[in-house]
Amino acid sequence: MIAEGLIALVGAGVLLAVAIAVPWLKFVLTIALAKGIAVLGILLLLRAGQVSFGHAMFLATGAYTVAFLAPAMPEALLLIPLGGLFAGLLGLLVGLFVVRYRDIFFGMLNLAISMVLYSLLEKLYHLTKGTDGIRVARATYAGFDLPRETQEWLMFAIALGLAALFGTLVAAYLRSPMGRALAGIKTRETRLEFLGVSARRVLLFAYVASAVMGGIAGTLVALTTRHVTPLLGYWTSSGELVFIAILGGAGSAVGAFLGAVAFELVRVYAAASVADAWQMILGGVLLLVILFAPGGLWGILAGRLKVRA
Amino acid sequence: MVGWLQDNGLLLGLAALDGLAYAALVFMVAVGLNLVFGVLRIVNVAHGSLFAIGAYTAASLGLFFASQGLPPLAGYFALVLAAALVGALLGPLIERFLLRRIYGHEEVLQLLVTFALFMILEDVQKLVWGVQPVSQDLPMTYLGTIDVPFGDDVIPFTKYQLFVLPGIAVATLVGLALFLRRTLAGRMIVAVTADKEAATAMGIDATRIMLLTFTAGAALAALGGALASPTTSLVPGVGAQTIVLSFAVVATAGLGQIEGAALTSLMMGLGRSVAVYFAPEFEVVVPYLIMVAVLLVRPQGLFGVLETRRV
Repeated sequence: MIAEGLIALVGAGVLLAVAIAVPWLKFVLTIALAKGIAVLGILLLLRAGQVSFGHAMFLATGAYTVAFLAPAMPEALLLIPLGGLFAGLLGLLVGLFVVRYRDIFFGMLNLAISMVLYSLLEKLYHLTKGTDGIRVARATYAGFDLPRETQEWLMFAIALGLAALFGTLVAAYLRSPMGRALAGIKTRETRLEFLGVSARRVLLFAYVASAVMGGIAGTLVALTTRHVTPLLGYWTSSGELVFIAILGGAGSAVGAFLGAVAFELVRVYAAASVADAWQMILGGVLLLVILFAPGGLWGILAGRLKVRA
Repeated sequence: MVGWLQDNGLLLGLAALDGLAYAALVFMVAVGLNLVFGVLRIVNVAHGSLFAIGAYTAASLGLFFASQGLPPLAGYFALVLAAALVGALLGPLIERFLLRRIYGHEEVLQLLVTFALFMILEDVQKLVWGVQPVSQDLPMTYLGTIDVPFGDDVIPFTKYQLFVLPGIAVATLVGLALFLRRTLAGRMIVAVTADKEAATAMGIDATRIMLLTFTAGAALAALGGALASPTTSLVPGVGAQTIVLSFAVVATAGLGQIEGAALTSLMMGLGRSVAVYFAPEFEVVVPYLIMVAVLLVRPQGLFGVLETRRV
């Protein structure tokens, strides 16, 4: 626990140093931190042995919340929690339905529902401008209209702060009885029910929590890139989130951010050097990790440092 | 209601014909996905990529044959050849060197391995065929159209979409059903689907059956793509669209159900086509709404069998 926190602290320091040394990477790292927050939600569900191939819908919900509300209310410090709130409400609605299913059906239902949201975002052109997407209006921070450079730094700091907050919360959650019950769903759900614990309720709580984190991540992405498109909610984006969770190592909250940073860096450099084959490179990395390092990057790191998460 | 039907009858008829052709294609892909899941217990996310590669290969072969001055009939041979090539080359390659390493692993990891494969195959398509639309519609235009009588009117519709696509889908359905129930190889596949360990104990070479099944599934996906290629121009991303739709079909029908997949494909094909003509915004949504509605009532799918809970 303490070791994990220490590594997280060192990691945050490294990110900050990189952002100062290579200014253009600040943008990439902010996105990576945002995605890492969404991946924390995937980790919760993975702990229960469930994989959602539709979680990008919550990211899209958060992002479009910002895009829709920013012209009327450009306050970032309100938009971020609001995005989390709306995603959480959607998560509750969807969750009430999907927590009745397990395994493939759970994954596929999430996929189906996210595709419904995706195609609505794409087809309701008069509202969403379709695949062109919406340009996000300039946001203020606590009422201040900041210059671009300051704004970028602030977004990076907010992302880092929220990452630390949610990372700590998720680590504590996984150690709590509710978190242990999630693992119970994975091993043998019937036994959990014999103990008098409602598996559906345990899973629903985790699902809504993961939706909120997805929504927050979406608001950060929207505020950073200043442009939202339906592609944020496409099933391949959902697949990416699961990809990052496995890449980082499904066992730890730090792993989510380790995976997200590695993923975004590989993507940026691969896209810059071989524009047509970056997906192929990412796919290859994923295969290598699954086949040869099933513990993910965190597993490799923890093994080296002899830490038990 | 009667008045509305009179006003929109023609559109509805057109939607029905369109839906039938579309359902035939969806079935070809979904049935392969279902077959593979039954035997390998892996949901192959890259199944849609095999569809796309089948389609691109068929179009390229067709264009090549045409440029060599071969008669239009060679175009149909190109479709079948493309499916056979993709199935026989990629199928064993993927099963032998990738999937075989992860049997018995966690479901999440299996899904992600095929997702990684999907990402790789997407770029392979872009590298080989580029991002410009590819189209070869000779097999469809060669057969011409037929006037389908509809009340007092007629609907001109391509013979290819009206006869060839549904015909091949029905032939596949009947052929597959007979193969699985009447032949030794088919019954071995059914046995491995039902209980792999018991089947192995009876002397069935499950490893071989899995290889065969995956190859057959890949060929079916590629055939679906090849058959679809004359009806549309091919662009990147077609594999990603196809796979989510066939997931919906398989989950709605119930895992491992072949006749169920046919019926569900028809339902979703028709539903989607009606939406195309009457509420185009909801075209993509309809199949998923059908899926959600079905699973609300029958969590195991329309024809699925409930598993007993283990303690």
